[in-house]
Amino acid sequence: MKLGRVVGNVVSTVSNPLYDGRKLLLCDLVDERGRDVGDYLIAVDNVGAGAGETVLVLDEGNGARQVLDWPEGAVRAVVVGIVDRVDLG
Amino acid sequence: MKLGKVIGTVVASTHVDGLEGVKLLIVQPLDKKRRPKGRPVVAGDGLQIAGYGEIVYYVSSREAALAMPQNTFVPVDDAIVGIVDEVHEDPGR
Repeated sequence: MKLGRVVGNVVSTVSNPLYDGRKLLLCDLVDERGRDVGDYLIAVDNVGAGAGETVLVLDEGNGARQVLDWPEGAVRAVVVGIVDRVDLG
Repeated sequence: MKLGKVIGTVVASTHVDGLEGVKLLIVQPLDKKRRPKGRPVVAGDGLQIAGYGEIVYYVSSREAALAMPQNTFVPVDDAIVGIVDEVHEDPGR
């Protein structure tokens, strides 16, 4: 999984039917210190993550489909957790 | 998924099975501020209605085949999933 930070969301009324009503979060990808690594992902929200929160992004189709229970869903990136804290050794 | 902009279409009358009637669009990947970034890709139009100039979001690799409406396997590795109405930026802090 990847660490990300929610920096917005994507509004889309015309989309693949599975995406109807699902929140699409715009997530910067960040490193273990929360620094922007210069990439982003659009991820389907599954935990109610809010703007500015550090999140866990699962970026793999099979896992995403299981998490969302979309057996045939065209989905890869799903927000699967909200990070409370990162402790580095 | 990433943001992209439809900048053209591709017609390929000679193609493998499974691409019959599939609308192919040239999509320029965008960064989160909708600036072009990276090389354009040819994406299957999973919605059949994405038009020239529209901002879309697309999925890659195996999931692209799942995004296509045909009930047969469509051999594409990028496919448009939705049309973007708005990208709302809110860093939250």
